[in-house]
Amino acid sequence: MAEPMRIRATMTGDVADVKVLMNHTMETGLRKDSKTGQLIPAHYITDVTASVNGTKVLDAGMSGGISKNPYLGFKVKGPKAGDKVVVNWSDNKGDKNTAEATIG
Amino acid sequence: MNALRRNVLKSAAGAGTVAVAVAAGLLKPTMALAGAPRTAFEAKNVGDALKGMGATGAADSKDITIKAPDIAENGAVVPVEVTSSIAGTTAIAIISEKNATPLVADFDLSNGAQGFISTRIKMGQTSLVRAVVTAGGKTYTAAKEVKVTIGGCGG
Repeated sequence: MAEPMRIRATMTGDVADVKVLMNHTMETGLRKDSKTGQLIPAHYITDVTASVNGTKVLDAGMSGGISKNPYLGFKVKGPKAGDKVVVNWSDNKGDKNTAEATIG
Repeated sequence: MNALRRNVLKSAAGAGTVAVAVAAGLLKPTMALAGAPRTAFEAKNVGDALKGMGATGAADSKDITIKAPDIAENGAVVPVEVTSSIAGTTAIAIISEKNATPLVADFDLSNGAQGFISTRIKMGQTSLVRAVVTAGGKTYTAAKEVKVTIGGCGG
């Protein structure tokens, strides 16, 4: 199972600034193992969704072109301090992870 | 609506099936345009990636700001920040033009999400980093060159 992800959400004026750090190898499937010379199978996050208080605000598609341990920052207008942010991801092998945080 | 679109696109084996879905009226062409289907992520060059996204006629825009280093020492981790000040921005896609699969990510924004995305991408070699923004059913684009000294895609 995947490592936990970290979310930090802070209010700046009326805009919530959300930062997410996911733990994932993000293998492209194009890299070779230096010992065996075999291609390392692709293993990367394909979908990320984020919602605030149950309302979807972000729906992202990713490829192996996102760096290892992906960082994602986005801004949402409208929420208040104390609102809940939930982030989900799923990868090309069917792994899933979810985390939530309270906007502070 | 988004969940339906994603499912339809995901279950589709390729562009052909999507075309059938469009023809059958399951998907309106405008719906297919907003978010990049999986096939666009598998495109091997920029033209195909843009075509897959339905963004071939994207207009250059000065309202898109790409914040990225001029020179990236490590191509495996290149911080990229895209800000779109175009009103009604609903999607932002990031393309690294010379990567093996140029389309890096696309982000559908809704319900108050601002035209701002910050992330870190891999770059195989020096190339343009292109942002494609969808706003009000139209696509806009801007690009910034990033020099890469050590590639981050294989090597």
